[in-house]
Amino acid sequence: MTKDTLAARYPRSAETLLSLLHDLQRANPGNHLTPEDLALAASHVGVPTSLVHDAVTFYSMFSLTPRGRHIVRLCESPNCHLAGAWSALDELRRLLDVGVGETTPDGEFTLELTSCLGACGVAPVMMVDDEVVGNLTPDRVRETLARYREGR
Amino acid sequence: MKRALLEALGRHDLLTEVQLVETGCMGPCELGPVLLVYPEGTFYVRVRPEDAAEIVSEHFLKGRPVRRLLWTEGAPQPQEIPFFARQKKLVLRNCGTIDPAKIEEYIATDGYVALGKALTEMTPEAVIAEMKRSGLRGRGGAGFPTGTKWALVRGAAGDEKYVIGNADEGDPGAFMDRAILEGDPHSVLEGMAIAAYAVGASRGYIYVRAEYPLAVKRLEVALAQARKLGVLGSRIFETEFSFDIELRMGAGAFVCGEETALIASIEGLRGEPRPRPPYPATHGLWGKPTLINNVETFATVRRIVLDGAEAFATIGTEKSKGTKVFALAGKVRNTGLVEVPMGITLRELVFDIGGGVPAGREFKAVQIGGPSGGCLPASLLDVPVDYDSLSTHGAIMGSGGVIVLDDAACMVNVARFFLEFTADESCGRCVPCRVGTQMMLGILNRIVQGDGTEDDLARLAEIGEMVKSASLCGLGQTAPNPVLSTLRYFPDEYRAHIHDRSCPAGVCPNLVRYRVIAEACRGCDACRRACPTGAAQGVAGKPPYRIADDLCIWCGACFDACPFDAVTRLPRQTGKR
Repeated sequence: MTKDTLAARYPRSAETLLSLLHDLQRANPGNHLTPEDLALAASHVGVPTSLVHDAVTFYSMFSLTPRGRHIVRLCESPNCHLAGAWSALDELRRLLDVGVGETTPDGEFTLELTSCLGACGVAPVMMVDDEVVGNLTPDRVRETLARYREGR
Repeated sequence: MKRALLEALGRHDLLTEVQLVETGCMGPCELGPVLLVYPEGTFYVRVRPEDAAEIVSEHFLKGRPVRRLLWTEGAPQPQEIPFFARQKKLVLRNCGTIDPAKIEEYIATDGYVALGKALTEMTPEAVIAEMKRSGLRGRGGAGFPTGTKWALVRGAAGDEKYVIGNADEGDPGAFMDRAILEGDPHSVLEGMAIAAYAVGASRGYIYVRAEYPLAVKRLEVALAQARKLGVLGSRIFETEFSFDIELRMGAGAFVCGEETALIASIEGLRGEPRPRPPYPATHGLWGKPTLINNVETFATVRRIVLDGAEAFATIGTEKSKGTKVFALAGKVRNTGLVEVPMGITLRELVFDIGGGVPAGREFKAVQIGGPSGGCLPASLLDVPVDYDSLSTHGAIMGSGGVIVLDDAACMVNVARFFLEFTADESCGRCVPCRVGTQMMLGILNRIVQGDGTEDDLARLAEIGEMVKSASLCGLGQTAPNPVLSTLRYFPDEYRAHIHDRSCPAGVCPNLVRYRVIAEACRGCDACRRACPTGAAQGVAGKPPYRIADDLCIWCGACFDACPFDAVTRLPRQTGKR
C-alpha cells in the first residue's frame, strides 16, 4: 500500500493525526517517521508541518530516527523494578550488545524502556512489538529474542 | 495450555461436550494461568500444559476435581476462598466469566438492557437524577461526583456535545481499566451510550493508550458488533437517539490521562494540559461541551441503571458509594485485581484479601494511589479506604494502584523513585511542576547519597506544598505526595540518612556496609575482580571472601558482581563515611 492510499483511509481532520502517524511509522522498515511522512500527514489533515513535528516530538512512541525491525520495550515502572526488571535489562543489553535507545547493527532490534504496561501481575514485563512477555527471567529474555530472530 | 486442553478434549471426543472459553482477567495474577470450570465453578490455579490430560480424564470424564491443582485443597470454588469471598464484584462481574469477543455473551448477562431501559423508560434528566442519587464518584482518581458532571454537560450551551472514555491508564501498577477493556468491553460502550443520552451527545471517543494493543483489538471487535446489532449507530432501539463511538490511540505520554491533555491529544496536538476553568464540561473537544469519564466509571453506570441508585448507594461509606477496583501488587501474597466495597480498611485489603506480606518479612507501608499517591504506615492500617479518609492522611484514591512494601524497602528511596517518575513525565508546561519536581529530586538524590542536611527536610516540605498548590494539572498537584507522606510518617528514616549516613533498610548503596555471607560464598573471585579498591579480598576456590570496610568506597560493584547473592547490604552503624 502506498502511503497516499494509507492516508486516504483517514478523514481529513486533525483528530486522526496520531492514528495516521502510527500507520506511517509502521509502514517504514525503520519503524520511524521521515520528513516526507510528516509533510504528507500535515497536508492530509490540513495543519502546518511544524505542528505535526511539534506533536511527533512530544510522544515517546514516535521516532524521527530509524529504529530496528522489532522494538523491545522493557517496563521500568515500580512493580517491575521491585520484581527484578534490572536483571532482565542486563540480559537484554548483553544479548543485543546495545544500550537503551540504541539499535543493533543488523537493524533487527531497538531496545527501549517504557512506562507501565499494565501487566503488573506477571512483572517484570517487556513488550516486543505488540506482544507482551511477562515473568521475565534471563532465560525467558533469551528465548523470546531467539524466537523473534527466527522470525516466528 | 489452550492447545493442550483442546488436544486432550479431542482425544476423548469431548469437544462437543466441553466448551473452552477465553475470558478476561479473573484477578489473582500470581496464580496464573487459572482455569474455571462450570457449572460447579471449580477453580484451578497454576495449570500447565502437561496437566491438561489429567484434568480432562479425571474431572471431565470421571467427575473428580484434580485436587492438587486447586488453590486450597478442600475449597474448590471461588466463593469459598477468602481472596474472592471478601470481594464484591459489580464492575468486574463479567471479567473472567464471559467471552469478551462475543456480544451475545454480554447480552446474556443483561447487556444493553440498561441502555434500553434508559432510552425507552427514562428521560435524560431522570438518568442524571439516578446517577446523582447513586453517589457515584469518578473512578479516574479525583473522585468528582459523576451525576453532577453529567448535569453540567447537559446544561452547557451548544448543539454539539461529545462523550469521551478515558482509557489512557498510565499509573504504574494500576491495570483495572485494561482488565475491563479486555474482559468486558461492552460494559464501557454501554455506559458511554447511556451517558451520551443523558448529556445530549451524538458522538463519542474512547482514547486508549498504545501500550494496550489487546485492549484496542477487543474494543475494535466490540464496536463492530455493537454497530451491527444496532446498539450503537442511528436510532438506537428505534428511538430518536443516535450515538457512535470512535477509537483513538495515544502514543506514549503519561500526562495524556489528564483530561485536558487527553483532549489536546485527540485534536492531534501535543498532549499538554490546559488551564481550567473553563472545564471540558463547557469547553472541551474542539471547544464544545464534553463529558469525560474514566473506563471504570462508565463500566459502573449500567449497574446503577439496572439495579437502581438506592441499591448501589447501600454499598460503601457516606461520601464514597459503591465498589472500587484495586490492583494489589508488591510484597503481598495474592497480587492481582480485586473489587471491594468502599470503606473497607487497608488491613482487610492487604491482609484478608491480599494474604499479607510473604513469610520472613514485616509489613512496612502501603503506597496507595499510583505514583502520586502517598505511603501509609502500619499504624494507619485501620483507615477506611474511601476518597476522603485517604486524602486526610496524605494519600489519594488515585486510580487504585496499591503497592505493599515490606521492611526491606527504604522509604526515602521509594519516595525518590516515584518522584523521578513524575518529574520525568511532567510535560514541562508550568513552572511549579517542571522546576519544582526537579528541585525536590535533586534534594532527594543528595540525601540517598549521604550528602543531605537537616535543612533539606524543611525545604522538601516547602517546595512540595508549593508544587501541590501552584501546578496547572493533577500531575503536579499530586506529584509531591510520596515525598510529603514519607516525610510525615517516616521522618526517622530520612534523619538516619542525613545524620547517621546510614540507610536503615540497607538499600541506598552509599549508606550501607557490604558483607559476605560465609555460607553462600563459593570463592568464585568475582567480587575481588570487580572491586576497584581492593576491599573485596580472598583467594579463589577458598571461600569465604571478606570486604574490608576501611578500603570500601560503597560503589556496590561486588554486590552486583556476585552470582550467588552472597554479598549483602547492611545498615551502616557509624556516622563515618
